[in-house]
Amino acid sequence: MELHELTVYELQELLAAGKTSSAEIVKSVLARVDAVESEVKSFITVTGEQALEKALRLDAQGHYQGIAGIPMGLKDNFCTRGVKTTCGSKMLANFIPPYESRASRRLDQQGGVLVGKLNMDEFAMGSSTENSAFFTTRNPWDLTKVPGGSSGGSAAAVAADEVPFSLASDTGGSIRQPAAYCGVVGMKPTYGRVSRWGVVAFASSLDQVGVVSKDVRDNAMIMQIIAGHDPLDSTCVNLEVPDYMAGLDGSVKGMRIAYPREYFGGGVDQSVRDLVMQALQKYEELGAIVEEVSLPYSQYALPTYYLLAPAEASANLARFDGVRYGYRDRDAENVVDMFSRTRDHGFGDEVKRRVMLGTHALSSGYYDAYYLKALKVRRLIADDFTKVFNDYDIIISPTTPTAAFGIGEQSGDPLTIYMNDILTVPVNMAGLPGISIPCGFDRGLPVGMQIIGKAFDEGTVYKVAYAFEQNTDFHTIKPKLGVR
Amino acid sequence: MALTIKEVEHVAQLARLSLTEDEKVKFAEQLSSILDYADTLNAIPTEGIEPLTHILPIRNVFREDQVEPSMDREEILANAPLAEDFQYKVPKIM
Repeated sequence: MELHELTVYELQELLAAGKTSSAEIVKSVLARVDAVESEVKSFITVTGEQALEKALRLDAQGHYQGIAGIPMGLKDNFCTRGVKTTCGSKMLANFIPPYESRASRRLDQQGGVLVGKLNMDEFAMGSSTENSAFFTTRNPWDLTKVPGGSSGGSAAAVAADEVPFSLASDTGGSIRQPAAYCGVVGMKPTYGRVSRWGVVAFASSLDQVGVVSKDVRDNAMIMQIIAGHDPLDSTCVNLEVPDYMAGLDGSVKGMRIAYPREYFGGGVDQSVRDLVMQALQKYEELGAIVEEVSLPYSQYALPTYYLLAPAEASANLARFDGVRYGYRDRDAENVVDMFSRTRDHGFGDEVKRRVMLGTHALSSGYYDAYYLKALKVRRLIADDFTKVFNDYDIIISPTTPTAAFGIGEQSGDPLTIYMNDILTVPVNMAGLPGISIPCGFDRGLPVGMQIIGKAFDEGTVYKVAYAFEQNTDFHTIKPKLGVR
Repeated sequence: MALTIKEVEHVAQLARLSLTEDEKVKFAEQLSSILDYADTLNAIPTEGIEPLTHILPIRNVFREDQVEPSMDREEILANAPLAEDFQYKVPKIM
């Protein structure tokens, strides 16, 4: 095995035993990036020189604690001090943040080594990275397929062994859907578990920071570091973060697992349904109680989402006006003209669509019919989950209705591509933790299973995910990049 | 509900987007189909349902009013499209 193929945990063991150095690991990862990046295209920026410098500095100290010396990637909407942060947009193509996001700072301070910033749909709006202003990332399992989105770069880079793990953000499925398409592990924790400070805002009542990794143990380990109270994010709760690793014992005996019938409906591919059903059987064999339940309002989550998320986005993206940072149209003669031309030229189509949709839903005469109505339905969707969690510990469903689709295949109609998020969006509506882990293959492409927990009970989500992983080997199968 | 070109122009003006004529036609059609989809929510009775603006019980968060170092002015202005004498420069307003 090459160093770049290993998990965080395996790299830590080698470092602790003195069998490798951080510089060797970083060199291995950078060589891998060089070798496959022309095919996968996960990175917007590679910070090779800085990475190697930091690795050598850590090696000079001679001992490694936690994730010290381990390489990492960040979705390009995490502000990184002194390192270009584009958000996948022409608007921020040359933006160099004067500050560091709280989540990446925690990793940086513990010795994590940033090797680069990863591609994404512009302002995290999309399900394929095709909305990136720069290029489309390709799925390492099949280069003609999308990696999913919006965190497609974060998932593809981990799947292609370009980084052992990455951070990403999830507003309606942007961590879990690409993790499913790329066959890796992607966790969106409870809303309020991780600080959003320094992450470019999309829809502030739904956005949450999470982790993409090669396996469940690595994911829990990184979450342990980034989770917890931050005075700079008033929605980041002051609750103790339990020891996630302590719960990883492989046991689900006596646990109550629910699967909602609405998430296994006709819109979901038969092969995807079959794989998740087989996974549920596995849980039963391991001693869990598995029962069918109903989440009747989940079918309304997608139309609700496409009113609420754009409404919040239209407010958040008002700051991009060409005055203080980012792109500016130079030909305008007055300031209002400059705002409008800057925004028309700086934003891509999907961003403009959502900004207008949100502006419309919030505008005088439509506020009650659209925005307020959607907020009421959001409560019904969230209440459904509360009722099921009165009787069950965990809810399991497919992460997406299908495996990865072809590049260009769904670019014509926005509504078609929105459907990819139909099984992940309800979880954001309710603010709950959800993970996607690999549960099999459909014609050579990975399929993801979504495991949803109670609010702030990431521990149980990790425990259940780990038990499946321990009893299957899907997470160990890698794409055969370069040997097509 | 179908959006007319005139309504798209109104929304674009509110959102400060100077759309081309082609964009207006394209977005009128696409936004109309998304709004039609959103109209499926009308089938749900929601009388008496409290709107859910935030999933957490949000309270105001207060801190002591202490002076702390702020960000470096030059570093921040380095991102400005146009600056002069530590100020942002914009085209004429009136």
